Amino acid sequence: MGEASILRDRLLPIGTVVLALLALWYVFVVVLNAPFERDTAARAGTTISFAELLPKTMAQERPVLPAPHQVFAELWDTTVNKAITSKRSLVYHAWVTLSATLMGFGMGAVLGILLAIAIVHNRAMDRSLMPWVIASQTIPILAIAPMIIVVLNAVGISGLMPKALISTYLSFFPIVVGMVKGLRSPEQIQLDLMHTYNASATQTFWKLRWPSSMPYLFTSLKVAIAISLVGAIVGELPTGAVAGLGARLLAGSYYGQTVQIWAALFMAAAVAALLVIVVGFAHTLVLKRMGARA
Amino acid sequence: MMSMAPANTVVCAKDLGLTFQTADGPVTALTGVNLNVEKGDFVSFIGPSGCGKTTFLRVIADLEKPTSGTITVNGLTPEEARKRRAYGYVFQAAALYPWRTIEKNIALPLEIMGYSKAEQQARIAKTLDLVNLTGFGKKYPWQLSGGMQQRASIARALAFDADLLLMDEPFGALDEIVRDHLNEQLLKLWDATQKTICFVTHSIPEAVYLSTKIVVMSPRPGRVTDVIDSPLPRERPLGIRETPEFLEIAHRVREGLRAGHSYEEHA
Repeated sequence: MGEASILRDRLLPIGTVVLALLALWYVFVVVLNAPFERDTAARAGTTISFAELLPKTMAQERPVLPAPHQVFAELWDTTVNKAITSKRSLVYHAWVTLSATLMGFGMGAVLGILLAIAIVHNRAMDRSLMPWVIASQTIPILAIAPMIIVVLNAVGISGLMPKALISTYLSFFPIVVGMVKGLRSPEQIQLDLMHTYNASATQTFWKLRWPSSMPYLFTSLKVAIAISLVGAIVGELPTGAVAGLGARLLAGSYYGQTVQIWAALFMAAAVAALLVIVVGFAHTLVLKRMGARA
Repeated sequence: MMSMAPANTVVCAKDLGLTFQTADGPVTALTGVNLNVEKGDFVSFIGPSGCGKTTFLRVIADLEKPTSGTITVNGLTPEEARKRRAYGYVFQAAALYPWRTIEKNIALPLEIMGYSKAEQQARIAKTLDLVNLTGFGKKYPWQLSGGMQQRASIARALAFDADLLLMDEPFGALDEIVRDHLNEQLLKLWDATQKTICFVTHSIPEAVYLSTKIVVMSPRPGRVTDVIDSPLPRERPLGIRETPEFLEIAHRVREGLRAGHSYEEHA
């Protein structure tokens, strides 16, 4: 019963969508890569039939849009067939980006939670801080990332830290917003109860506000960890970084290696999915320990 | 310092008034309330919605500040009394923290007030027994019925050494069968613990069955229209509700409520 319902409820709909997307992808591969084959044939003074053209569109070295099997072959080659310490291993590059992501996410989470605590407990902070928090996110990260890298480099900070800081810059925001709402989520009656016990602000925080905010915290952590990864990748672009998924994307675009770009994109998506799943797992675990209905 | 009241007066209100400032102008929730609650009393506050019965309870608990008159709790201001943890408050909803088990919920005030772990365990066991919830300590609130949740919240209010119990329509959301049962248990508990109880209700039988003193209130503005000292004995089986004495008091309460309402025809 359990397995059958997993097959029916999860695998079947997801599988159908994946197959539809793959079919659509192949259609676009043919459409987008055909002009190149026609031009080649025209330059050679021959014409090319559709049957001849079809397989060629899926085997170009630098296609406009690589075919799915080309991307997966590249992914297989750069993950399984290379030692993970090799500069040509996608796992190595993913790890470089992941370490910056995790560091930035950690700092962003701490910063976001601390700001939310300050905002909830202090009216002046609420009025003065929140507009700045929101304003910080209106600046395009692509514009500010090179500045951060250059400025930090000038004061001697380079390597992992600048990338992590860009991650932090992006990831603290959803955590502040979510935690402000979460820490304010206790009902009036629950706060009144604390008041009748003459509980201190610290006691009210740890025994009421903090546990009440857990669902909000994990929801914002899921958003934050995904954009932390985006931040780390963006941070790798302007530095001319030699390692990381961002560097891989940049190198790919310099040399027209579209297959390499797509492989890096898929790797980034896989890493993001993995991170969100881990946070989701932690969420379930914490809620279970807090006695949530099974 | 403010103790003009006799030593065994728990709550003493003199010409108490409270006016809320709202967007639609001032609303008088309470006016000219004079009332004494003696030690060991079971006082019910009865009246229609908006008569200020809950507001009065919240003033005793220092959850609202009066705007005129004086009130003392154990001879102190309500704020001083609250800081000395003079009372336990039972809200309309059980307000149990859903992430804590029943025993952890009962431990909440004890943790805040700094009781030792051993003392906490002893008090949890004792109060669970008082409200007949022994064996349910490890359950989470959602695993209990509404009546059991409210009993757990009463246990929480009894866990620390407050002699005054303030109850704001604690059984209002429960069905009549459960309510009868809990009323009976509450009387036994009151007898066993010798606490002073202030109890807000809008049920006439509940008020008459439970109380040694019934305070009848009427709305707009919230005021006391009648205070009835009940001649019923402390020992009260459920059957007492069929006796002439009981029906006579119930009749007087009903008359008081009707008098308070009479202006509504002209409004």
